[in-house]
Parts: sequence; C-alpha cells; structure tokens
Amino acid sequence: MSWLDRPASDTQISHGARLWLYAVGALVLAFLAIPTLIVIPMSFSQSQYLEFPPREWSLRWYEAYFSSSSWMAATATSFKAGFCTALLATPMGTLAAYGLHAGRLRFAGLAILALLTPTIVPVILVGIALFYAYVQLKMVNSFLGIVLAHTMLAVPIVMMIVGSALKSFDLDQERVARSLGATRTQAFLQVTAPQIGFALVTSAVLSFLTSFDEVVVALFVSGGDNATLTRMMFLALRDQIDPTIAAISTIMIVITSLLLAVSQLFGKSDP
Amino acid sequence: MRLAGDHERPRDAAASASGSATALPIAVRRLSKAYGAVPVLDEIDLDVRPGEFLTLLGPSGSGKTTLLMAIAGFLRPDKGSIRFGEREVVRLAPHKREIGMVFQNYALFPHMDVARNVGFPLRLRRVPAAEIARRVEAALQMFQLGGFGSRRIDQLSGGQRQRVALARAIVFEPRIILMDEPLSALDKQLRERMQIELRQLHERLGTTTVYVTHDQREALTMSDRVAILDRGRIARIDTPRAIYDDPGSRFVAEFIGESSFLDVAVADGVARAAGTTIRAGNLPTQQGRCTMVLRPERLHLLGPGQGEGMNCFDGRVTGAVYQGDTLLLQTVLNGGSPVALRVTTRGGEGPPPAPGTPIRIGIAVSDTVLLPDEAKGAP
Amino acid sequence: MTTASAFDPAGPAGDDHAAGLRRDQWRERMGLAGLAAPALLLVTVTMLVPVGWLFGLSFLDDNGALSLEHYRRMLAEPSYGRTFRTTFEISFVTTLICILLGYPLAYFLSQLPRRAANLCMIAVLLPFWTSLLVRTYAWLVLLQRSGLINTWGMKLGLWSEPLQLVHNMGGTLIGMVHIMLPFMVLPLYGTMRAIDRNLLRAAASLGSTPVHGFWTVFFPLSLPGLAAGAALVFVLCLGFYVTPAMLGGGKVTMVSNRIANDIELFFNWGAASALGVVLLVITLVVLVLAARLSRGAGLFGAGH
Repeated sequence: MSWLDRPASDTQISHGARLWLYAVGALVLAFLAIPTLIVIPMSFSQSQYLEFPPREWSLRWYEAYFSSSSWMAATATSFKAGFCTALLATPMGTLAAYGLHAGRLRFAGLAILALLTPTIVPVILVGIALFYAYVQLKMVNSFLGIVLAHTMLAVPIVMMIVGSALKSFDLDQERVARSLGATRTQAFLQVTAPQIGFALVTSAVLSFLTSFDEVVVALFVSGGDNATLTRMMFLALRDQIDPTIAAISTIMIVITSLLLAVSQLFGKSDP
Repeated sequence: MRLAGDHERPRDAAASASGSATALPIAVRRLSKAYGAVPVLDEIDLDVRPGEFLTLLGPSGSGKTTLLMAIAGFLRPDKGSIRFGEREVVRLAPHKREIGMVFQNYALFPHMDVARNVGFPLRLRRVPAAEIARRVEAALQMFQLGGFGSRRIDQLSGGQRQRVALARAIVFEPRIILMDEPLSALDKQLRERMQIELRQLHERLGTTTVYVTHDQREALTMSDRVAILDRGRIARIDTPRAIYDDPGSRFVAEFIGESSFLDVAVADGVARAAGTTIRAGNLPTQQGRCTMVLRPERLHLLGPGQGEGMNCFDGRVTGAVYQGDTLLLQTVLNGGSPVALRVTTRGGEGPPPAPGTPIRIGIAVSDTVLLPDEAKGAP
Repeated sequence: MTTASAFDPAGPAGDDHAAGLRRDQWRERMGLAGLAAPALLLVTVTMLVPVGWLFGLSFLDDNGALSLEHYRRMLAEPSYGRTFRTTFEISFVTTLICILLGYPLAYFLSQLPRRAANLCMIAVLLPFWTSLLVRTYAWLVLLQRSGLINTWGMKLGLWSEPLQLVHNMGGTLIGMVHIMLPFMVLPLYGTMRAIDRNLLRAAASLGSTPVHGFWTVFFPLSLPGLAAGAALVFVLCLGFYVTPAMLGGGKVTMVSNRIANDIELFFNWGAASALGVVLLVITLVVLVLAARLSRGAGLFGAGH
C-alpha cells in the first residue's frame, strides 16, 4: 500500500507508522460528534424509548412540542432573549474592545480583566448571586433580568473576538482616514468596521447562542411567564425522560448548526 | 471645518512651479515630547518655507517620525506650538488640519476599489458625485493610472499602490503634504524612479512638503533643504549641497556620505595628519585637535609628480571592492588610519592594485574640510 | 473623541500650550475609556455587586450578626468534606481523561493540512456550541437502561443484563468528558499550530528520529497549550452543575449541586454562599498556579 509508505510530515514519518494516531483521532472525533448528532434520528422514533434506528418513524414528538403552549412560550422567550442579548452585547463588547485597544490606557489591563470575570467565576455562583439580587430588587422571573444576565455573559466573548480582530488590523488605515478629514467615528464606521465585519457577525451569532443555550443562570433567574426553553427542559428532565426533549434538542442542534454556518460564511476565508 | 474656499481658487500651473500663493509655511516652536524621562523631541524650532520640499533625515530614534506625526496631529506633544501659516494647529484634531499624508505602508483601504479610495477625502467634504468622479480621474491620470478606478487594491503592484496613495493624498488639494518613508518598501530601481517622480510632482503642485527618510541619498536627491535630527534636536538644516560640502559636525559628516576620518593635530596654526602638513581653507582651532573629512570621491590616486595643489598622503592598499561603476579602494595611510577612496572604472584598465601596493592619495586643498573635534560619547 | 474644537488663533509668541495639550490628552483618554463604560457598568452591576453581596452573606449567621459560623460548620461536618472530595475526584479524573483523549486528537488535527483540519474542526466546534443541556440529554438517552448502548451491548452479546450506566458516577464522568473535551482540544490545537515547523526540520537534520524529535522538541513546546487546556477543564469541572445533576441521579453531589440544594431545599443562604466563596477561591488559586506554570513552561520550551 503505497500511501502508507509516503511521508506524512517534514520529519518523514510515514503514514503507516502513524495509523494508530489516525485511528485514535477518528475515534475521538466520533465520540464528540456522534452523541451530539444521534439525538436527531432518534427524535423521529415512534416509541417512547427513543430507539436507534427507529423501528417506526413518526413526528409525534414534534407534534407534542409544537402543540404545547408552554413549550412554545418558552421557545419564544428564549429566542427573544437571544436576540436582545446579541443586540446589546455586540455593540457593548465592540466598543469596549475598541476603546481599550485603541486608547492605550494605563488601566486597560485591569478593565479587560474585570470584563473577563464572567468567564472566570463559576456560573452557579453567578446564578445564585443574581437570584439573590433580583429577589431584593423584585426582578426575579423578569425578562429584563434574564437579558441583563445573558448580556453580561456574552460581553467577554464579543470582546475577545473583536479584540483579536482589532489586533491583527492595521490601525494606520484609521490614521490615514483621519488625515484625509474623517473624525474618529467616521474612520471607525467607514474604514475599520467593514473590515472587522466578520468578527462582528461571529460575535453576534455567538452571543445569541450563549443566551439561547444557557441553562444555569436561566434556572435561577427565569421562570413563570419568562421561563426559557432550557430551563423548562432541565426541569422536565429531572422528573422523567420526556421524549419531546429529543425533538426540541434536534431543533436546537439545527439552529446552532445554521448559525455557525452563517458565521463561517461571513468569516475570513483563511487564517 | 473644511476649507471649502480652496476648491474655487484656481491653481496657476506657472505660479506653482516656484511656490504658489496657496502654499503654506509651517512654523514649529519649542516642540517637546518625552516618554517618561526620555526626550524624543527636545525644544524643536523649525521653519518650513511655503512650497518648500524639506526632508527630515536621521538615524532611527532621532525623532524624525515623531516630529512628522506631531505636525500631522497623531502625536500630542507635551508642549510647543505648530503653525500652518497664521493658524495655530497644535491642539487641532488631525482631521481638521487639511494635510495630505502618505504612510510607509500606503494604508490603502482594501475594502474599497481605487476610485473609492481616492475619492474618500472628497466624499467626506461633500463634494458632489460628478465632480468627485472628475477629480479622481484627473488625479489618477497625473500618476499615469488613468482608468484604474475600478481596480481592487490587491490587484496593484507596489509602485501602483504608492501612486494611488499619493493620488488620494493630493486629490483634495491640501496645502501641506507629509510623507513618512513612503518609498522604503520599494526595490531600489523603482525607488529611484519614484524619487524623481515625486520631485516632479512637487514642482508641479508647489505644495509645502515635509518628507521623512533615513536614506541620506534620497534626502539629497529630492529636497530643497534637509534637516538632520539627532536625538530629538535638529543638528543641521541647510541645502543638500551645503550640508554635503560642509557638514559642520562629525555626526552630520558621518551620516551624509561615506567618509573616512583623519585625526588632525594643530599646533601654532599648523595642522598635521598622517605624517604630513595639511593645508586647508579653514582651521577650526589654532591649538588642539580636529577632524578631517575625506569623501571617497574627492580623493585621487596620484602618480609620480602629481599632487599640485593637493594635500597628499602615503599609504598602501589593503583591498579593492568592485562595485560596477566604481572601484572602492581600501587603504591604510602611514600612521595607521584606514581611508577609502572611489575610482571610476573605465574598462580596459588592468587589474586593481594588489594588497600591499604602496599608494599615494591626494585631496584638493579646496576640497579639504576640517571639523571641530567633538567629544564622542554614546547617546 | 476629538480635541478642543476651538483653536487658538495666532496666539502670543512663546505660548507653549502645555496646559491645553494636557487637557486635550486627558479628554481623549476619557473619551476612549468611556467607550468601555457601558460594558464595565453592566458587568459591575450584574456580576461584581451581586457576587460581592452574596459573599457578604457568608459572614452573617442566621440572626444577621457577623460570624464565621458557616465556615466553621464546613470544617466540622464530614458531609462537606465528602462533597469537596467528590468534586476534586471528578475534576481530576475528567481532566486526566481529557488530556489522554484530547492531546492525540489535537496533535492529529495539527498535522492535517489546513482545509482538512478546518473540516474536522466542525466535529469539535459543533458540540462545543451545542447546548450542554442537549448533549447531557443525549448521554442520558444513550446510557439509560433501555438506551442505545445497553440495547446494542446486549444484542452483540457483550452483556446479558442492562448495565447501570447512568445516574451514577460513571455516567457523570462520561458526560463531563464529552462536554469538556473541546475546551481541552481548542487551546492545545492553537498552540500546536503555532509551533514553528522549522524546529522539527532542524531536529531531523541534526539526526533526530521523528519520535525523538516529537518528545524533545514538539512536546515541550506544546506544554503551555496543554497547561491552559487542563487548567480550563479543571476549573470548569469544579463549578459544574448541569451534568452531575442530570446524569448523577442524586448520588453525585459536587460543590455546585450542594450550593443549589442549600438554596432550593433548605433556603440556607449563608451555607450556600460560604461554599461559593470557597469554590471561587479554589478556582482563582488554580488559575493563578496554571498561569505561573505555563509561563514557566513557555520560557523553558520557548523556541521562537
């Protein structure tokens, strides 16, 4: 088998000698991908026990989902919260990244650290702390409460993505624009923003997903009329394994995949 | 505030050749900037005449780019004044200073085509679209880029990009142009061609231009005057010829041209170096030491009986470097000083003198330049 | 973000504008800093203040007086010790398995040509961005008594009775490894990609076999990424809630589960917040240690 004898890298190790690596790599990739995707076909199974492959194909779990007003309300809440989060977090994080990057301020390091704390502090603590604060402010189960919390969680992500895009961007272009007569704002909007557009799109998509997928904080802070989809799913699963969840999960996977594909389309073609 | 009136003022091609009425002088007074304890600009006073092409020359760290950026408004000095004509601009934002600027890496906007790049400053000034198109095309034609409007930036060569950057910088008729080492990214041949083109452009437009470079040959080629910066101060400002012929200080002499230096001892008005008496037009001191500047192209290879009207030195050859149009002869004089001289090759000559050959070098007394001795300390 | 809009017309000679320039500088700095203000405000109000508030609770006893009662109880009662031990065990084991699985995968990906690697990355990024609820649920379905694994295991004759794969420590571990693996692979992959290929070529030209070159050149240089990934995974495991709650069947109580129980079942805010303080402190200690270590490893292995 000639392919096996051909060198696989600069060190001239052959493909054959690396076969074990390819096998392990493939297995781990399968371990990652299969459980994520296997819910999809199983959600079409007729039986209560979600077989694979389904003996009988059926849409009954989807019907159960779409016909349930509580599930639909929760879905609407999650979508609304996701959009609001993306809408708020993207500009906030972008401005922060730009200000701290272009300003060359002394306390920039400290500010960046402060803005990254949502990723460091364990989410459970954020959840109960906000629950406590919201109880005092009578904001529990409010839509505003969940949007603020999710925006706070999404801002660090936006900052990191936009920040790294700015780092590899030539700020001389902004200087030229300003020398030609543009104010800082005009230079940013007409020259910088179009060129870091991919980072902005990716940030918006990931902000949405951060909110849409978020469980722990939503568990403590959303509820009643403003329960999110993930909260309802979690609570439903604590009681029993409801196969409707499989249908919902499939829909969530599809949404995630579509959004990731969208952000890739707008993304840089090659790193 | 846009100087809208500028667009209506007619430009007289004849007048611009000698510095048009619309060119502005630049007056810098006591400009200073320090990073911590390190001064980058040290009480700089500078006058740029209207329509003049002034080059800021100096080694890296001398402050030349810092000074340019301060004039442009991208660097806020700690104190000082910058005037364009009557107008104080030191506290003015860069987008209000009405200057045209060309950066080393061109900084063309990759997400716009050539026409939109060049038209950018006109759009900011709300020039009507039809006029923008006309003026963009005129600017492109001035740089032999007529019809390039719809091309994308990544389709252009280095020289073409440089010209688009220039077109963009002049299309809105600024009265001052600043350039920060615009040619250093080009290969040698292209660079030398662009130097001539830039000089011609300047003569055509007559705009006050401040140019930064570390290449002394470039400075001497293009400028009306050259200002040499040393550690945040202007060491010398004068025409290229004056600086070259009379550097005035060892720092300037070392920076301009490739010279050899000879230590000269002066006693009672008589100067001696390398074992011979020196005659020179000026003696910086009656007693003590000074330095003699030996430009390689001013030195002559002397045969027996030659040397009338010259200061002559004996030595021997240590090496020869063939450089195409010239031969660089490396020698050592009696007394140990290394000296290099340039001999034009004419073809048909024999091989260069072998190492060890005794040699006699002469420099005309009228070409002999003596510089006062400076304490040579590290900056 | 512009400097003063008014400029001094031909001012008195000798005016050096020093004071005005300083003001302009300050104004510009503040303007740019102001861009970050909304984000900082949000994070302060929704994170720093509530968490600080919460931590204050840990120092109050049930009557509202200042006391260290909750901390004392933590040291005294053995159940807390068990909770912490469980948490550390799970975190260690998960991190270890992630290293064993993640390193070969990251290495494999880093050796692929870019296009193929990006394609395979989808298999890492898709789970990464899919809700952990969905993924944990998937394992619930796969591991349950009538689930896929048991059904096929019995069909293939590997075992006769359905195995208890979920609602226990084992199931929790499997779920957590699956969730954490991308956190290990992504930083590792980034570091590996950045390793200068010329270094391996140099090693080969100096006579090193490929395997030797890997262990003496590549592996040390990949350590900073490994440390980053391991620290990230470990710290995330410490605070993890959803997966042990869903796959543990109540038998796996990590610190976060304990905190949630204290609040939801016992309304014991003081105990919960004390636990929270300890959790955060341990998290910070681990992160700082990892940062120090990776800087040291980076210096040691620096080959650029």
